[in-house]
Amino acid sequence: MSQVLVVTSGKGGVGKTTSTAALGAALAHDGAKVVVIDFDVGLRNLDLVLGAERRVVFDLINVISGVAKLPQALIRDKRLENLFLLPASQTRDKDALSEDGVAKVIEELRTKFDWIICDSPAGIERGATLAMRYADAAIIVTNPEVSSVRDSDRIIGLLDSKTVKAERGERVDKHLLITRYDSSRAARGEMMSIDDVLEILSTPLLGIIPESEEVLRASNVGSPVTLNNALSAPARAYFDAARRLKGEEIPMLVPSKGYRFLNKLFGRKAA
Amino acid sequence: MSLFDFFRRSSAPIARERLQVLLAHERIARSKPDLLGLLREEILAVIARHVSFEPDKVQIKLDRGVSVSTLEVDIEIPSGLPAT
Repeated sequence: MSQVLVVTSGKGGVGKTTSTAALGAALAHDGAKVVVIDFDVGLRNLDLVLGAERRVVFDLINVISGVAKLPQALIRDKRLENLFLLPASQTRDKDALSEDGVAKVIEELRTKFDWIICDSPAGIERGATLAMRYADAAIIVTNPEVSSVRDSDRIIGLLDSKTVKAERGERVDKHLLITRYDSSRAARGEMMSIDDVLEILSTPLLGIIPESEEVLRASNVGSPVTLNNALSAPARAYFDAARRLKGEEIPMLVPSKGYRFLNKLFGRKAA
Repeated sequence: MSLFDFFRRSSAPIARERLQVLLAHERIARSKPDLLGLLREEILAVIARHVSFEPDKVQIKLDRGVSVSTLEVDIEIPSGLPAT
């Protein structure tokens, strides 16, 4: 059974594309067949983060408009043979992204992949609502910061009302992924803690990704952080999150900076 | 550590409280129309039916709190007498 996931947040710059790439690579690394789709029409970047920017020929809108067949537009990752990318178009015409077109593409992908991960653009406009439209589950990427948490709350409201599942009276499974977390600042009361964010958003926690230099280092070279340095703190946190997505029970660690090796065991149950 | 540092350091609880108040209101606003906004519009409509006032002489202040919110509508109504 294939799972359609949307990686969303409302606010921009919180780590949706980084997380899509990292989780997609982690799931593919563990053997699943994964496709990541960039829904950010006009401002695609998932290709760049995955290091596939020079191999883009066709895109999502070409497939929807019939210019290209789906297999022609899918780009196979150079490192993982079961990881694929469906890039966004660079066209400025966002209306080219039609609801029926997206539905057809996702239906076709469901027959070929275990995981279909939709990387949502920021905001709540067409691209973002279509990215979540057909999702079975959602990953809400949040920074422990007021504007990000507020926007996540708004997105959670949309997931509960504007998705196909919600309209059928079912629920989209929601998972909170807290990124750019700095445990030492949280301990000093300079940053909201994991508990603060969970209490406000009351959404199950999928993982805690620490603030880390490794994330920028990986995107600089066009590699998901989970492949670029699999032993780094953010990579391990993403691998754990990917396993929780598959239903495994993994203890939730609050990652700290690399040189502080003591991870505090939290004992909270995973999402 | 100075007193300034002490206050600066515990900003996270302020963030949490501000969000809790804000989101409580925004969640209600999503499920039903904004009561205070509705009141503001209807109050202004009723007054406009009886007296004419200049829209820029209307001051509206809104403060959303946890248990109580206030809507303050301050309208300058011309008395009809020539200005002295």
